[in-house]
Amino acid sequence: MEQQIKSQNRSCTEAILARYGKAPFFFFFLLRKLKIQICGIKSFASQIAVLIFLLGRPLVLITMPKQQANWSPYDNNGGSCVAIAGADYCVIAADTRMSTGYNILTRDYSKICKLANKCVMASSGFQADVKALQKHLAARHLIYQHQHNKQMSCPAMAQLLSNTLYYKRFFPYYSFNVLGGLDNEGKGCVFTYDAVGSYEKVGYSSQGSGSTLIMPFLDNQLKSPSPLLLPVQDAVTPLAEAEAVDLVKTVFASASERDIYTGDKLEIVVINADGINREYMDLRKD
Amino acid sequence: MFRNQYDTDVTTWSPAGRLFQVEYAMEAVKQGSAAIGLRSKTHVVLGCVNKANSELSSHQKKIFKVDDHIGVAIAGLTADGRVLSRYMRNECINYNFTYESPLPVGRLVVQLADKAQVCTQRSWKRPYGVGLLVAGLDESGAHLYYNCPSGNYFEYQAFAIGSRSQAAKTYLERRFENFTDSSRDDLVKDAITAIRETLQGETLKSSICTIAVVGVGEPFHILDQGTVQQIIDTFEIAAEQEGPAAEPDAATGQDTAVEQGAAADQGGSTDEGVAPMDI
Repeated sequence: MEQQIKSQNRSCTEAILARYGKAPFFFFFLLRKLKIQICGIKSFASQIAVLIFLLGRPLVLITMPKQQANWSPYDNNGGSCVAIAGADYCVIAADTRMSTGYNILTRDYSKICKLANKCVMASSGFQADVKALQKHLAARHLIYQHQHNKQMSCPAMAQLLSNTLYYKRFFPYYSFNVLGGLDNEGKGCVFTYDAVGSYEKVGYSSQGSGSTLIMPFLDNQLKSPSPLLLPVQDAVTPLAEAEAVDLVKTVFASASERDIYTGDKLEIVVINADGINREYMDLRKD
Repeated sequence: MFRNQYDTDVTTWSPAGRLFQVEYAMEAVKQGSAAIGLRSKTHVVLGCVNKANSELSSHQKKIFKVDDHIGVAIAGLTADGRVLSRYMRNECINYNFTYESPLPVGRLVVQLADKAQVCTQRSWKRPYGVGLLVAGLDESGAHLYYNCPSGNYFEYQAFAIGSRSQAAKTYLERRFENFTDSSRDDLVKDAITAIRETLQGETLKSSICTIAVVGVGEPFHILDQGTVQQIIDTFEIAAEQEGPAAEPDAATGQDTAVEQGAAADQGGSTDEGVAPMDI
């Protein structure tokens, strides 16, 4: 106890050392060399203390190392999303795990949002931003419906999403999106985005924490030969709908093995001419 | 009907304490083609007569969907009505965005009324020349409101606005006590019948009227022409069946209806002493 109490009474020197480091002492020794004494005080640590009191902030700026912000407005809730476009269908899938750091927040959170009749978006990243983005797009879609008397097509929604993301170019939505649906002719289409709205129409894509594991596998299975090779092949896969769904299930099962942020349950949404169909599959819970 | 000295400005009172510009705006509502609304406990039906400028043009849109649970029928300056329904749509979207629940109809109507009131108290503005029948469904049930250009609003069981609306109002006054427990289909039939009253002789076709319904489990939507024509056909058939026997009665009935309508108009004009806004 006595030792504890002793340690609480830091001497002036220790206090300055702890707060400002060695810099004030070097400054003081310089003053001493130049034979400048502060306020007629004998103890040099006290002289420093007075100096700091008098000079305050400027001294701090000279002597203190620059401190970085220790609060971030973003957090990564993890998870992976995948979308595959077919000739007359589109498969969008995402896991349902929501995590923060090394902890799981919930095992049952949907990352998939229906934006329009034939247009579904899956997003991983910071789910608060994702939610805000989804609400924003839903409101814009309502306005579109009032003005045009019809639902937005998938390519139109793709452009809207890109513009919405770029609008916040200097405080982005931390949201990695994949948009899937049927275009005006009924063919499947997938659009993939980065956080600030750069997008591209592709045949398949994955985003999120598991995308580094998933994307190479999809490339292996689905990548069409180079468009330079004739006859030109379509970006959409020739696979049947059931085969594409199986592929997605395989891909997530593999990703759950090695990515800690992917797992729990898989939510698969299939859009085709008949409408939107949803199914679930269990994944590893560890 | 012209009160000259005090009617130049919307911000000038008359010695009798009336704002003539606002009353003139309400006259503009009476010039528009008819719109009617009626409600039961669970449904609200809006109907309007389609008026086209000429045979070559299409008719003006008078019923607007504001949200899944709210719709509006207008009479008067259609352009003003279009602008106000855009405002209403925005309010619904914003409320939904913030509170993730539908905007209660009563709130929307008050916001609309406040917006209309502003125009009656600024010298650089003019009142909106459109009357709105706002039909909506919220937690407290089905509602039908009428918004005046004056900034007043009233809740109604059934109401009709626009030209020749008195005939429809008479019909609705006779029948309104039954509306609370009416079924949805009966309500729609009553709406079409009320519209027929305003037509006063013209044949009732689905191209001449627009009907919209909102109710429990039924988002606001405008009925398509085919459905409306079917409903019209069902009571044309019923009318034909009673036709021969009732024709002399129907003829005298129409005459008395017209007389009543004329009497009501005259009654309205002699009531000039009572300012319409005092209702």
